[in-house]
Amino acid sequence: MSKTPKPGFGAASDNSSHRAEGKLRTDVLAVNLIVNDQPRTMTVEPRMTLLDALREKLALTGTKKACDRGECGACTVHVEGRRVLSCMTLAAMQEGKRVTTIEGLERDGKLHPLQSAFIEHDGFQCGFCTSGQIMSGVAMVEEAKAGWPSAATADVRNAITLADLSDTEIRERMSGNLCRCACYPNIVKAAAELVGN
Amino acid sequence: MHPFSLSRATLPASAITAHALDPQIAFIAGGTDLIGLMKDRATLPERLLDINGLPNMGAIDALPDGGLRVGALARMSDVAADMEMRRRFPVIAEALLFAASGQLRNMASIGGNIMQRTRCAYFRDETDGRCNKRSPGSGCAAFRGLNRNHAIFGWSESCVATNPSDLAVALAAMDAIVIVGGQGGERRIPFTDFHRLPGSAPERDNVLDRGDLIVAIEVPANPEARASHYLKVRDRASYEFALVSTAAAVATDGERIRSARLALGGVAHKPWRLTAAESSLRGISLDDNDGLKSAIAASFADARPLAHNAFKVELAQRVALRALQTAGARL
Repeated sequence: MSKTPKPGFGAASDNSSHRAEGKLRTDVLAVNLIVNDQPRTMTVEPRMTLLDALREKLALTGTKKACDRGECGACTVHVEGRRVLSCMTLAAMQEGKRVTTIEGLERDGKLHPLQSAFIEHDGFQCGFCTSGQIMSGVAMVEEAKAGWPSAATADVRNAITLADLSDTEIRERMSGNLCRCACYPNIVKAAAELVGN
Repeated sequence: MHPFSLSRATLPASAITAHALDPQIAFIAGGTDLIGLMKDRATLPERLLDINGLPNMGAIDALPDGGLRVGALARMSDVAADMEMRRRFPVIAEALLFAASGQLRNMASIGGNIMQRTRCAYFRDETDGRCNKRSPGSGCAAFRGLNRNHAIFGWSESCVATNPSDLAVALAAMDAIVIVGGQGGERRIPFTDFHRLPGSAPERDNVLDRGDLIVAIEVPANPEARASHYLKVRDRASYEFALVSTAAAVATDGERIRSARLALGGVAHKPWRLTAAESSLRGISLDDNDGLKSAIAASFADARPLAHNAFKVELAQRVALRALQTAGARL
């Protein structure tokens, strides 16, 4: 594989700007995160994604690595309460942030209601996408409670409530999570139970 | 990914200076486009400058004229959910909601959205090797390759890719202004001048130079925005780039169109404003299908489809018509 620098960032691969800064290049960084309510510190290379840091540095392997390109949603976690793709952000950019993974959803030994609903409605076969589906679904409900519209919303000028989350809305709002087993009908049923519709 | 260093910017001025002096620095905000490009080895910056900590760049503020100013670090999901944006510029909120996925919209910044590379599958495919965007002078694999998803307007033999941003189409229709900080101070770039056509330098997607930092986007008030709509047609029901999309907005005198705004996505290297159609639409009734069709056709005389995308010429006119009528129904 060629190591030739690509256009747009200068063809010359010299290190003059490093020397000009008068300091050695920093290859590793310490990062402090609050993961599932626990303060965690780890040492990472800047290129390490949040996904790889969770799995490889913290052994939180419930978050899955599938496409690693932001296309499948298997790596979905919450950062500051919002669903994001952990494969498309750098661990070192999350300094001080609160991260929740699938391991952090249960409370006092009890599953989150959406986890129970996935079991009840048979929302998975192989299970590889499931943690991402559940993290995404939990955040989807919070987004609807906050009044966020979606591409399935007929008129964005109107206010939105949780009661507007029809199956069509759930499908649209969950479209960032792919399931190769195609359990979509049961995933929608599980999410609809959480929504209460 | 290749090794790179990472530092955090705290002030716009120092970020601008660092970017101007060092051709190996890239700004990173949401990172959803840049990290994908780095994983595909389509760009290999040696240093990333994290701009997420720059102050006062994430707000949505009302402008005195009734428009809105959106900070460059505002996230797509926040802008799409903003009630003032939804009421004043529904076309912008809809364009944002039809883009990417819920997770990506939570991450991606507004400035980064309009900085997305104009690209096609050959650009992302390192194994082909022919792409004038990746390697200027290497040729264009798409020009004689599979070009169903490619441009029908404004292309050159050096590049036939289309810009992927839905937001950019809506902003072009609304005559938004990109506020850019640079070494010489701030300047205001009309949105339709922000992205470039490929010409003989397709590696340049927009008019920004080293040391330029998008600070905000202003959307001035206009009489058509209230009745506006974004319609996107794609191969999948959700989470897919546009085959063709239209941002439409219209104002009427009773039945007849007083003024209209139309811009297309998925058809060119930049958002494609239909200025000839906008002129021809004046005075036509919104329920006069034939009249609207022939007015829209005024902008398609110079369409130049490729081997596999002639369908876009007809599809784009139909999408424009439906978007215009849906916008009109909001009056």
